[in-house]
Amino acid sequence: MYSSPFDYYRAATVDEASALLKKHPGAKLLAGGHSLIPLLKLRLAAPPALIDIGRIAELKGITVKDGTIRIGALTTHADLAASTALRESCPALAEAAKQVGDPAVRNRGTIGGNVAHADPASDLPTVLTALGARFTVTGPRGTRTIDAGGFFTGMMTTALEDRDLLSAIEIAARQKGQGMAYVKFSHPASRYAVIGVAASVTVSSGTCTAAAVAIGGLVPRATRAASVEQALIGQTLSAGTLARAASEVARDLGTDILGDLYASADYRKAVAPVWVKRALAAAAARGK
Amino acid sequence: MKVPVNITINGRRYQRDVEPRQLLVHFIRDLGGVTGTKIGCDTSQCGACTVLLDGIAVRSCTCLAVQVDGSSVTTIEGLAPAGTLHPIQEAFWNTHGLQCGFCTPGMILASHELLRQNPQPSDEEIRHGLEGNLCRCTGYQNIVRAVREAAFGRGQ
Repeated sequence: MYSSPFDYYRAATVDEASALLKKHPGAKLLAGGHSLIPLLKLRLAAPPALIDIGRIAELKGITVKDGTIRIGALTTHADLAASTALRESCPALAEAAKQVGDPAVRNRGTIGGNVAHADPASDLPTVLTALGARFTVTGPRGTRTIDAGGFFTGMMTTALEDRDLLSAIEIAARQKGQGMAYVKFSHPASRYAVIGVAASVTVSSGTCTAAAVAIGGLVPRATRAASVEQALIGQTLSAGTLARAASEVARDLGTDILGDLYASADYRKAVAPVWVKRALAAAAARGK
Repeated sequence: MKVPVNITINGRRYQRDVEPRQLLVHFIRDLGGVTGTKIGCDTSQCGACTVLLDGIAVRSCTCLAVQVDGSSVTTIEGLAPAGTLHPIQEAFWNTHGLQCGFCTPGMILASHELLRQNPQPSDEEIRHGLEGNLCRCTGYQNIVRAVREAAFGRGQ
């Protein structure tokens, strides 16, 4: 499959990429290409030009400093999964990255491209939504930060504007007593999430003091499960509490539930509490 | 628009002017003239087009030639010196790890990637490591045996 023709420019720095975006209206940024190239080949997108940011060194790598994890937009899924620092400071994200696609896909696909694409069946947006990530964006009016709650605005849609470049993602590092997990009911062929759940619970003296849960795959965009979170806070995390909290997820899913030939909307809705419970159990076991 | 690119395939340099939309798999097959790399699903799900890019497994159907300008590609033809077989190829031969053979180049390069990261994988890790490669003959049992033999030697 060949895409429509497009022009190609390679940027060596973020400033160069911004200048190229200004010069070529309608151009798309190309990182690893594992979301964009399939769209081009299927001719779902036909931009006049691509600006390749894949070699911009300043956009790569993971640093942990003063309790904040900063991940460059060009960091690949393989790098996320293999990072000792990330596995220590944000195990749910490393765990999710390890479940994206397959090894060859993870070698090329990047976190920035993944979240900018905002596929509802993707894994990383669910984790980043649960953990309240902040997205650093460089646009025509300078650099700004967007919270996860405002970044993912709908199916395949984000708050990024035409000439924006997502440069990094920041997350708070795991704290004492905080356990987190990502579990996934994956489609057997595509390995996309039919249902994905990210959960974080913080336990102090046996009581849950903070909870953050997000669900993806069956809703148009990664969604916080506020009812589930409320059912956990202040409680002792017994199996019964986790099951009761998980059953609350029906209230958080909204009315727009996704379905396909493999898994209908009704089925996904029915089975969602099971996957929420598994994520909560895994997070709670690590939070002790 | 045409863009000059310089890609080394199996040790041989190819300098060509290509359209930006040219996929790496087409560069390898049509301009490089080596056709061991297969186009299967063309949507990065089947793994038939897997090649090594600077030693790391990638999907050549989901990669533009212009993106990898200056890189070195290894295809199934270049895995071992001419006239010889790489130990993974040898193991696929010994254990009958192929039927029609269409998935085999990708399967062997994906196995190479798996063993690069995990030289002594369990059967479960082999299956997990090869989950991105589909065998349309469903000959998975012998493929797993082949990778096991490549990792641990014959008779394992």
